[in-house]
Amino acid sequence: MSLKTWKEIPIGGLILEAGNAESYKTGDWRSQRPIVDHEKCINCLTCWIVCPDSSVIVKDEKMIGYDYDHCKGCGICANECPVKCITMKPESDFR
Amino acid sequence: MLSAPVKTIRMALTGNDAGAEAMRQIDPDVAAVFPITPQTELMHAFAAFVANGKVSTELVTVESEHSAMSATVGASAAGARAMTATSANGLALMWEIVYIAASLRLPIVMPVINRALSGPINIHCDHSDMMGCRDSGWIQIYSENSQEEYDNIIQAVRIAEHPDVLLPVMVGSDGFIISHAMEVVDIYPDEDVKKFVGDYNPKYGLLTGKDPMTVGPLDLQDYYMEHKRQQAEAMKNARKVILEVGKEFGSKFGRTYGYFDTYKLEDAEYGMVAIGSTAGTAKVTVDRMREKGEKVGLLKLRVFRPFPGAELVHALKHLKGLTVLDRSDSFGAEGGPLFNELRASFNEETHKPLIRNFIYGLGGRDINLEDLENLFRKTMDMVKTGEGAGSSQYYGARGDE
Repeated sequence: MSLKTWKEIPIGGLILEAGNAESYKTGDWRSQRPIVDHEKCINCLTCWIVCPDSSVIVKDEKMIGYDYDHCKGCGICANECPVKCITMKPESDFR
Repeated sequence: MLSAPVKTIRMALTGNDAGAEAMRQIDPDVAAVFPITPQTELMHAFAAFVANGKVSTELVTVESEHSAMSATVGASAAGARAMTATSANGLALMWEIVYIAASLRLPIVMPVINRALSGPINIHCDHSDMMGCRDSGWIQIYSENSQEEYDNIIQAVRIAEHPDVLLPVMVGSDGFIISHAMEVVDIYPDEDVKKFVGDYNPKYGLLTGKDPMTVGPLDLQDYYMEHKRQQAEAMKNARKVILEVGKEFGSKFGRTYGYFDTYKLEDAEYGMVAIGSTAGTAKVTVDRMREKGEKVGLLKLRVFRPFPGAELVHALKHLKGLTVLDRSDSFGAEGGPLFNELRASFNEETHKPLIRNFIYGLGGRDINLEDLENLFRKTMDMVKTGEGAGSSQYYGARGDE
C-alpha cells in the first residue's frame, strides 16, 4: 500500500471506507510464526476457533494454513492444539 | 452613526444576553451546557429560549466541561450544528477535547467569556484562558464589547463551517467587563441572521451521511503528520474566509470586520496594540491625548488565530514607538503571547518601531484612562531614550515602581 499525501486523504483522520481493517497488514508485528504439520493435524479446527485474528484459513472443513498478513504470532493456536501439530518458530528463521 | 441595511432592534443587553441572542438566532441543533462564572448567564438565558420553545435546540446538561466539549464533539461528528460556552477553568477542564475538536475538523462555535485561570482562584477578566489554548488549532476571535460579541458569534458559524476551513472557533469576550455590563446592542432581524448563517449541510456526519465511516481512529507515524498538515492548511484558508465573511457581514448588517481595527493610527507616531474591552478605553485615551496634540493611535486585534502578522506589520511599521498590551503572561517566555508573535512578525522588517510589552489587567485588575495615557507616555519615553525597547514588564503590579 503506497502512502498518500495530505492532499489525498480525508480530513480529520476520518475513515470513509468500511471493512478496511483487512487492508492494514499487521503480520509484520509477528516475532514467532506458527507452522502446522499437516501430517499430524486432525482438522478439529480448535485453532480456527481460538485464533483472535481470524488468521487460520479453512477450506472444505480442513485447516489449510495461515493468513500471515494478519497473524501476529500470539501462539494461542499452538498452545491449544490437542495433537500439538503447531510449532512456533522465530521469524528470523524465515528471513 | 450607523446606517444598517436591515432594520435593527436596539436593545440594552449584557454581553451574556447578547451572546444568548446570537445563539437564539443561530438555533444550533445541539448545545451542551455547564455553568461557570462569568459565562453562566449566557447559557442560562439560552436555556430559557429552549424552555420557551424559541429554538429547536437539543440542550444537553452535562456534569462537567470535559463532558460539555465531549458532547459537543459527539453531536458535531454526528452532523449537528453544535455549540457550547465556557470560561477559564472550564476551558482548562475541556483541554483534551478542545484539541480533539480541532483535529477532527469539527466546526463548533464556542463563546468563551474570558476569565483568569486559577490559581489563586479568581473570577475576573484576563485572557489567560484563551491564550493558553492558542496552539490548539481553534480559530480565536476577540470582542471589544457586547455588539462585537454578538456579531462575532454569528460570523463564527460561517467561518467554522466553510468547506475550506472546517475548524472550531472560539469567540472571546471579557468576563464581567463585557459579560455583565449592560450596553446598547443592535440586534438584527431573526430572518436576516438565519439567512446569513444558512443551513448546515455537513459533508461528513455519522448520522447524516449515507455511508458508514469511522471518526477518531488511531493515527500513527504513517499519517498523523499529514493530518496536522491539513489542519495547518485549513488555518491558512481561514485567513481568506474570515475577511470574506467579515465583508459580507458588513454589506448585510452595516458593520464590516477584518483581522483588526485601527483608530487614528495612520498618522500616529506612537501606537498601542490591545485585545478586547481595553481597546474601548484606549480609544478614549487616544482622543484625549490627540486634543493635547499628541500623535497617538490604537490597533485593536480581533483575530489572534490565525495570527495576521504581515497585515499587522504593514499597519504598524510607520510608528516610532509601539506598546503591546498583553492581558496574560506566558511565564518564562520573553513577554506575553501577543508581544512575542508581533515582535517576531517584525523580524525581517528594516523600518520598524521600537516595541515594548506590558502585562496588565491580570485577574480583572482595572485599566483606566490614566493608566493608558501613562503607557503612551512610556512609549514616548522609550523613543526618546531608547530605554525599555524590547522589554516586557508588568504594569500595575505593586512593588515594581
